[in-house]
Amino acid sequence: MNWKTFFALLQRDAHVARRNVIPLLLQTFLQPMMFVFIFGRVMVSSGYMPAAYKSLLLPGIMAISMVFTGVWAVAMPLISEFQFTREIEDRLLAPIEISWLAIEKVIFGTLQALVAGLVVIPMAWLLLRPVQFNLHSPITFVCVTLLVALFSSCGGLALGCSVDQTHIGLMFSMVLTPMIFFGCTYYPWSALAHFPILQKIVLVNPLVYASEGLRGTLVPQFPHLSLLAVLAGLTLFDVLLLGIGLRQFHGKAVS
Amino acid sequence: MQVGIRTRDLRKTYTSSPPLAAGSSFAFSTARGKRNKKSKSEVVALDSLTLEVSPGEIFGLLGPNGAGKSTTVGILTTRVRPSGGQAWIGEHEVWREQVAVKRLIGVVAQRPNLDFSLTAREILVFHGAYFGIHSRTRTERAEALLDRFKLRDRAEQMVRGFSGGMMQRLSIARAMMHDPQILFLDEPSAGLDPQTRLLLWEIIREYNQRGKTILLTTHNLEEADALCKRLAIIDHGRNIALGTPSELKASVPGGFVLHLRFGRQSLELLQQLQELAGVREVRAVDAASGVSSVGSSDSNSIDVYADRGGSLISEIANLASAASVELCDVHISEPSLENLFLHHTGRSMRE
Repeated sequence: MNWKTFFALLQRDAHVARRNVIPLLLQTFLQPMMFVFIFGRVMVSSGYMPAAYKSLLLPGIMAISMVFTGVWAVAMPLISEFQFTREIEDRLLAPIEISWLAIEKVIFGTLQALVAGLVVIPMAWLLLRPVQFNLHSPITFVCVTLLVALFSSCGGLALGCSVDQTHIGLMFSMVLTPMIFFGCTYYPWSALAHFPILQKIVLVNPLVYASEGLRGTLVPQFPHLSLLAVLAGLTLFDVLLLGIGLRQFHGKAVS
Repeated sequence: MQVGIRTRDLRKTYTSSPPLAAGSSFAFSTARGKRNKKSKSEVVALDSLTLEVSPGEIFGLLGPNGAGKSTTVGILTTRVRPSGGQAWIGEHEVWREQVAVKRLIGVVAQRPNLDFSLTAREILVFHGAYFGIHSRTRTERAEALLDRFKLRDRAEQMVRGFSGGMMQRLSIARAMMHDPQILFLDEPSAGLDPQTRLLLWEIIREYNQRGKTILLTTHNLEEADALCKRLAIIDHGRNIALGTPSELKASVPGGFVLHLRFGRQSLELLQQLQELAGVREVRAVDAASGVSSVGSSDSNSIDVYADRGGSLISEIANLASAASVELCDVHISEPSLENLFLHHTGRSMRE
């Protein structure tokens, strides 16, 4: 393993991210904050939603921000760099096994997703306060957050190496949007009890484990999936998506 | 430490569409594998290619589009997986020892593949960083290369707005940034203006004089002639001729081509030209496509393939005047690689 090359690749991505920091921030935080404002503040203040909804909403918003950021940070550059211009070529020719380039992308995406998740908490708290956090086990929270960030960037790798530039719109409307709406982000999984078949089907959606996991660690007073199931589900999806992502990456990188 | 290149029975069959740089005029065949229910298009890009490039030489791969040049470069630079055979860079087998190989090579792809998120200077500096070059050294090298390739004025700009020629220069500068032992240049002067092309040739020769091996692909005969110590002519993924440019040219019988243009068409004159001593073949050139063909006479332009050049002119002029046809233009091509390609493949490189 060639660490010098690996860190140079990370530095390059950090440099590019720094250059695009304002659009990146807007893209990451604008939508979740608007959602928090309308559903957590306007709807609650006007009495359409109970006050407790604020605390229920926050972990879901955190999960959406992390997943959206991680997927975006890894998939979008990959889609454009593997296109016609083959911008990624000089990094594929760097003296390191090409899988490490994919892993570098995943690590960088994970870091971005973590930042997004951890910034959403204070921002949402400012907009929603008071929110009732009950952080019983910080270690479990850290584990869940790490696994969610990793899942988002591995998902980004798998999507970025499978989707064509002309299908980016489809990726959002056919993959990410259904994932968010059926991902137990705006409601707990138990709320689907009236739709038993749907409740089973959504379990194939990794975002369910992300939002339920964050809910279970941040606001455990609400019903949530068992943390054991959450950790197992997230680990499984992390491994699965990383495997698919690496395979797809090799397929794209080598003719 | 000089490093050479070897390939043995290299084969490549694409089962999906070949990469863009690998050209488009492959022969398609349909293969029905036992496992595949549906028939699958297969493209044979390389068919048992064996080559040896000596350490420190400038070696040219010459051939038309789709001959397999870019695929050969792709395999030698770890970017294309060979379907069969082996390739070595120095002592390293390319597919098995990719990292060691990547340290030894610099690659300029056929189409510029610069990192659009960076400025010109950053592209060079980061490239140096990927190869573990010390920060001060890589800054110095980047500055020297920006000067050498006349890119200093645009060093701070993002490359997205660069012209094709500037991108090509920067791609070459980037490939030299880590001072590789072997430089691969896939159609290096495509799209360059004549002045930049000369600058590029000078830089390539200079780099070679430092003991570096250079493999370039081209379909520009002038370039192959001017730069390469040895050439391999490849067509349909096979090596069809190998030698120094002069050896190859000397191997063609009747190496001269006289390009003539007359005031009007005359079938009779065409037949008379054919009978002149030393004339091997007379072809009318299609005015629209520039393709010459035997026996067709719907054009005023004629190519005469002959063993001699200038001494034929007076005889041709006499024949034209006897037939009352004005001879408007004459151009004599000396024995060339174009003629060689024609000789080996039966078709022009431009076809």
